[in-house]
Parts: sequence; C-alpha cells; structure tokens
Amino acid sequence: MSEQALVPHLAIELRDIVKRFPGVVANDGVNLAVRPGTIHAIVGENGAGKSTLMKTLYGAHQPDEGTILIDGNPTRFKSPRDAISAGIGMVFQHFMLADNLTVWENVVLGDEPGSRWQLDIKKARSEIREVSRTYGLPVDPDELVAELGVGEKQRVEIIKVLLRGARIIILDEPTAVLVPQEVSELFASLRDLVANGATVLFISHKLDEVLTIADDITVIRAGRTVAAVKPAEVNARQLAELMVGSELPSPETRESTVTNVVALDVSGLTVLDDDRPVVKDVSLTVHRGEILGIAGVEGNGQTELLQAILGVRHPSSGRITLEGEDVTGLSTRHRRNAGVGYIPQDRQHDGLILDAPLWENVVLGHQTSPAFTKGPWIDKARARKRTSAVVEEFDVRTPGIDVAALALSGGNQQKLIVGREMMADPKVLIAAQPTRGIDVGAQAAIWESLREARRLGLAVLLVSADLEELIGLSDRLVVILRGQLVAELDPATVTPSDLGSYMTGATTAGEAA
Amino acid sequence: MKRIRYAVAAPVIAVVISLLVAGIALAVSGHNPIDAFQAMGSYLKTADSVVAVINRAVPYYVMGLAVAIGFKMNLFNIGVDGQYRLAALLAAAAGAAVSFPPIIHIAFVIAVAMMVGASWAAIPGVLKVVRGVNEVVSTIMLNFIATGITAFLLANYLRDNSVKLVAQTKPLPESAWMPSLNTPLGWFGINLPKDTVLNGFLIIAIATGILIYLLIYRTRFGFDLRTSGRNPSAALSSGVNPKAMIMKTIMLSGAIAGLAGMAPLLGDYHQYGDTFPTALGFTGISVALLGRNHPAGIAVAAIVWAAIERGGQNLNSVGVPQEIAKIMQGTLLLSAVIAFEVVRRARLRAEVHDAAVKAHPRSSDPGEPLPALAGGGLV
Repeated sequence: MSEQALVPHLAIELRDIVKRFPGVVANDGVNLAVRPGTIHAIVGENGAGKSTLMKTLYGAHQPDEGTILIDGNPTRFKSPRDAISAGIGMVFQHFMLADNLTVWENVVLGDEPGSRWQLDIKKARSEIREVSRTYGLPVDPDELVAELGVGEKQRVEIIKVLLRGARIIILDEPTAVLVPQEVSELFASLRDLVANGATVLFISHKLDEVLTIADDITVIRAGRTVAAVKPAEVNARQLAELMVGSELPSPETRESTVTNVVALDVSGLTVLDDDRPVVKDVSLTVHRGEILGIAGVEGNGQTELLQAILGVRHPSSGRITLEGEDVTGLSTRHRRNAGVGYIPQDRQHDGLILDAPLWENVVLGHQTSPAFTKGPWIDKARARKRTSAVVEEFDVRTPGIDVAALALSGGNQQKLIVGREMMADPKVLIAAQPTRGIDVGAQAAIWESLREARRLGLAVLLVSADLEELIGLSDRLVVILRGQLVAELDPATVTPSDLGSYMTGATTAGEAA
Repeated sequence: MKRIRYAVAAPVIAVVISLLVAGIALAVSGHNPIDAFQAMGSYLKTADSVVAVINRAVPYYVMGLAVAIGFKMNLFNIGVDGQYRLAALLAAAAGAAVSFPPIIHIAFVIAVAMMVGASWAAIPGVLKVVRGVNEVVSTIMLNFIATGITAFLLANYLRDNSVKLVAQTKPLPESAWMPSLNTPLGWFGINLPKDTVLNGFLIIAIATGILIYLLIYRTRFGFDLRTSGRNPSAALSSGVNPKAMIMKTIMLSGAIAGLAGMAPLLGDYHQYGDTFPTALGFTGISVALLGRNHPAGIAVAAIVWAAIERGGQNLNSVGVPQEIAKIMQGTLLLSAVIAFEVVRRARLRAEVHDAAVKAHPRSSDPGEPLPALAGGGLV
C-alpha cells in the first residue's frame, strides 16, 4: 500500500472498499491502484465481487467503507451522473442500445449536440467519425443498430462513452459475447485508446485474454483483493490459482455412491439457435447416486444443453431418456412430474416469482405435485407447511413465508430454490451455478444437501463456473467447449488449472489420460 | 394491521384526488362544487336509483372479470367489445329461433353467447401463438371487424322483418327472460317501487365472480396463469406450456365477455338491436383496472363507476354539465392506478427492509436498491 501511495496521481485508487448486502459482504476490503494510460485487468471468479466493485466505481451505489480517489482526489459518487462527469464511463456486458435507431442517434441519445430547439446532426456525425478514426473504432454513423454485429455494437457503446468525455473506461466482461476475430479487433482499439491517454479497466475471467492485453492485473477472491501482479510475472496457471485460492478444500465428496442404474441418458443431442448449432452431438449419462460435473467457459452451450434436458428448448436431433422413459418429445411439465428438479442459473429470471410470497415460490415448478394439490386445487395449507419446512431446514433468513421473494437477499433466495427442489425428492437434479453469489455458510449447506441427496440415489447434472465446486462435488467431469463435450476427466486427479486449459481449448482430449 | 392500512390507503387517496380534480374543474367553470356533489349524492339516496346503479353495474362487473382474467397473465384482451357484441347478436338470434322450457332456455342462450365469445377470442389467440401477433393490435382490429359483421348479419340475415323502422332481432320468448329479483327481495321484506326491476342476472354475476376468484387464486390453472403473468420465463421452467396457456386464457376471457352481454339481453332488452348498449367492453377495461383485477375489487369498481354515471345524470338539475361525471371517472381511474402502484412499491420496500433487518440484525445498511419487479407496471 505504502509503495502505491507514493506514486503520484493514480488514475483510480480504491482503499479498503467494503460493500455489504443483506446476508452477503460483496466487497470486504478491496484495494486497487490503476496507473493512468494503462489497461488494468480485474480478474476473479463469478461472485468474487467484481461487478459490485465496478458498480461502486460507477456510482451505482455507495461503498459502506473505504475511499475512492480519482486522479489523487478523494471522491464520492452519488449517482452514475457524478461518475460520468468525473470522466468515468462504463460499457456494460449487456448493451444498452436502441435497435430501431441508427448509430449516431444512439450515440447522442440523452446528450444531444446543438441548441435546445435543434439537433445538430452534422456535428453528431462528424464527432462520431472523428472519435471513430482517432481510436480505431470503425462504425458507420448512419447504420441501423439492429443491423450491426455484436462487435460493432460494442464499438458504438465505447464511442458513446468516449463522447461523454470519459477518460477512464470500464469494460465489464467485454469479450464474453465476441468471437476470437472480434476480440483481437477490440484489443487493437483498446491499445489505441491507452495510446491516446485513456485508462481502461478490463473485467474478465478469461485468463489468456487478460495476460495478452493487460498492463497490470488485480485479482479478487471472495470480495478481497488478493494480489496485484504484472502479466510478465505470472502464467495462466498461477493466475488461476490466485483466483480460486491455492488449497482446494471443502466440497470434497469422496466415498462413491454411484450405482449402475442410469437415471438420465442423453444421446446425440444437437440444439440449434438461429440455425447455428450451440450444442453439438452431446451424449452423456448420469447414474443414480452420481454427480456429473460439466465444466466450461460460460456461453459454450451449457445453458442450452440444460434447457433441452428440461424441455424448454427443443433439440433438432438426439434423444433424452429419463429413468428409462424416452422424454425427447414430452413437455417440461411431464419431465418435472417424472422427477426432474431444476436449479436455474439465473434465479430471479427463471426460478422465482419476485413479487409473489415465499409459499407461492415454493409451489413454483411443483404445481402438479400431489404434495401441494388436491385434484385441480392448490392446497395452500400444505404449501405453507412445506415452505416453513424449507425455511427451517435450509436456513432461509426471512421475516415470514408471506413476504415477497424479492425481499430476500440473493443468498436466501438461492437457499429457498435449492430447498424447494431438494424437498420435492427429485430423481434427477439439474443444477446450474447452485452456489453462485452466496455466502460461504450457505454454500456449505447447499453442498451438504447435494451430497446427502446423492447418497440417497439422486442423479445430479452440475454446471458451475466455480472450478473448486465442480472438482470437489463431481464423481465425473466432462468439459464442454463450443457446444461439444471435448474431454472427460477424473476429479480426483485434475487440478483447476488443468481444467481451465481444457475449458479454453489449450489442452485437447487427445492429451487426456 | 399494516396490511389493512396498505389496502385502504390507495383507494382513499384516489377518491380524494378525483374529487379534488372534479371540484377544481367545477370551480373553474363557475359552479359550486359542493352543490354539484350534493346533487350527485342525493340522486343515489332513493331505492329506484340504487337499483338502477346495480343494474348498470352488473354487466360492467362481468365485463371487468373478462378483462381481468387476461390482465392477470399480462394478456391484454382489448377485444372484449367485439366478443360481447357478436356473442349477444348470435345468442339473441339463436334464442329466438328455438323453444325450450324456462331455465334450459336461459342456459342455452348463455351457452351460445359464451361459445361465440370464446371462438371470436380464439382468433387473436391463434394469431399470437402461431405468428406472434401482439394481441392488443389484433383484438383492436378485430373489434372493428366484429362491429361490421354484427351490422351486416343484423341487416341481412337476423333482422326481425316484421319491424320496419329499427333493425333488431326477433324478441326472445319469455322462457328466455331472466326473472327479476323483486319477488325474492319481497320475501325479505324489501319491496321495490313499481316499475323498478332488479335484474336477476345479478345472481349470475356474483356466482361468476366467485368462480373466477376460485379459479384464479385457488386452482393449479390459476397458479399457472398468474405465474405466466408475473414471470413468463419462470413459468416456462416450471412446466407451463405458454402457448396452451394463452389459448385457454384468451378464450375464457372471450367467453366471459360473451356472458357480460347477457345481462342486458336476458334481463332487460330481450332482443339485440341498434339500441343495445355499446362500448361495454371499454368500460370493462376501466373497471378491471380500477378494481386491481381482483373479483372483489372489480365489484366495488363497477358499482362506483355506475354510481358516478347515474349520479352524473342528475347534474343537469343544478345547471352543471354532465361531463363532470366523466372527468371524475377519468381522474379516479388514473389516480387509482397510480396510487395502487405507489402503495404496492411502498409495501414491497417495507418487506425488503424487514427481511434485511432479519438477515443482518445489527447492520444499518439499507440493503440493495429495490430490484426491477417482474410483472410490474400498471396492472
């Protein structure tokens, strides 16, 4: 710290930032020193607190403790507006563009040049062209945004931020949506940006990219900054170890409970998204009492694979068999009745009715279960009883079972979902990121209940970005890359960094033992 | 206690605001607001005007239910107007063409109306499910088509040719007339004045309200319906088939819209013609919004709506334009919708706060900002 403090005028300096949410401390002492004119990468696992930190820096919320210094001056942002006027711009992972407007219209939206009565279109176009040329961000100001590719849309977002006067640009997972070609174009633009005096904060968990582009790297783990390194000093393996922590303790399962009874069998499954295969010829089998882990960088087809197994997305070919029954053409409800439990990756979007009371959320997904129904009627009394049991057993912190699900913190929402699925006694559990973004205690409880259910014969298909969780819980591991299963690994012997290199395609199946 | 306070707050605020706005409109146009309100209120004191208000409210109520069923799953069936008109015309024609014993005849006419309403509503349903056509657009357009078809059918095929001056269907035989409630009321010692008839359809409206309540709030179907409205993607993951749900809901909505037209047809007009009430559908939309899409709330809303309308007719006697009543209806609706939303958010915020305190007893942190609400908005 003292060493950093001696450097005059860091572009950004964060000192001991703490940000708490109900039930979770998202940032627990974060320190960051960003030199002006550099590309500074912030890496960490999902849920490590990167996004919370960026929101703090962007003024979307205020830290509970700690100091923010911009160009050496202590600053407090009340809103993103303050951050923008201090020269900070943010490019979100999900673009905030209006598809039915042209590029220049999107760029000027909310900050229109010209007088109060007249929009200076000429000026808008020329400004965009100038920024576009200076920073190597090719776009046509008159093209409709709907017509643009993902990479171009991102360039529009960057131009927009630059024209608002940003000198410090935060990019949240900018490469997650790009194809490799576009990634190298983006990197070229970023280098132009810093060459022109801008400072770039680059958030990612793709280590190879970070090592390529960054001047400095700060690693965040479990809400704390654990290291500040230079790319030349580390390799991807060391960086991965810093991200996940060197020891790999808790989620250990060990003594095998795997049976030879097949609970879920998927064969030759292909899923198309706009005629593009997102899952290609995937075959896998999960036995009773087995946890099959699927490792992969997000966006490599895991989501679509799980959706196809659940029946909310239709595969173009392949077969799905549940406990011996071919369910390929059957409805989601049929599959759920047959004993498929589901922990969705995005709990608020797919797993909860936010403004409905907890007891209704416990019925969700089990509307036809005899536990809650009498013929066509919902049995409210029993649903409430079950909800109390879920709240009790899974330690959901809530004032009662009649509050809206939205009142709970993320961790407690997750415990409610896991509890609801586990107490319904599923035969097959599809679990996507079951412990993402929740505190350590709740995480341990969820692991414990998964292990317990597995001992009783539950088959689990586990998708997680938490490699420690994957390795610790799984009986078998497969790696998905660009929609295909590329390797099968033994979790007893594999290390997170090995797994990481399979996930990015650095190591291929041929080299696997 | 808190719960009751939240429930009462919004309607009270809305009524106060609408009286204020109407009062200002009156004062600005040079009338005494107190006199005007008294004129409206005094009208409502007599038994015959209470009955008139109830008779008027009955079809509003049923129509409000029809609209609310759709709104509950964020399906905006604006086509209730066309559905009930077509249903009323065909049911009137079919009912006049057959002869059945009394109760069966009524049931037959109602069944025809509900089937016609459901079938007409199926068209925007199919368009939405198969082609993704927004139901707001298609139902509004289908309203015009329904108006055209009813006029065409009435003029060319279903008209009573024995009557030359007006276009109307043959009158329903008396076996298809809804008995009035005057006699049963007499049993309880309530004797209505002569020429005042309480429409027997009130009983069917109340029964429909109870059935819709049970369907929406107590059954699996209702759970699926409300879930689809509040979070479509969670509904999908939970096993709801969204396409089937859209079809079932819009057809049910259409069937109830068809039923709404039966209140004037069976209890009052006994034939469909040029004088048959129009724009019932749009009143139904207002009443559903004002009643928060809840069967009990819609009942209150329908009565208030009808009372303002009938009371407004008395404004002429004190030299105040009747349109003041329309201003009151409009501001009441607008302020109610806003007040309900404000109160709902306040209640949720209080819940978030309580839960945060419970999860982190010693933290003074106010917690995360209120996330965007799924299925929020005005309905």
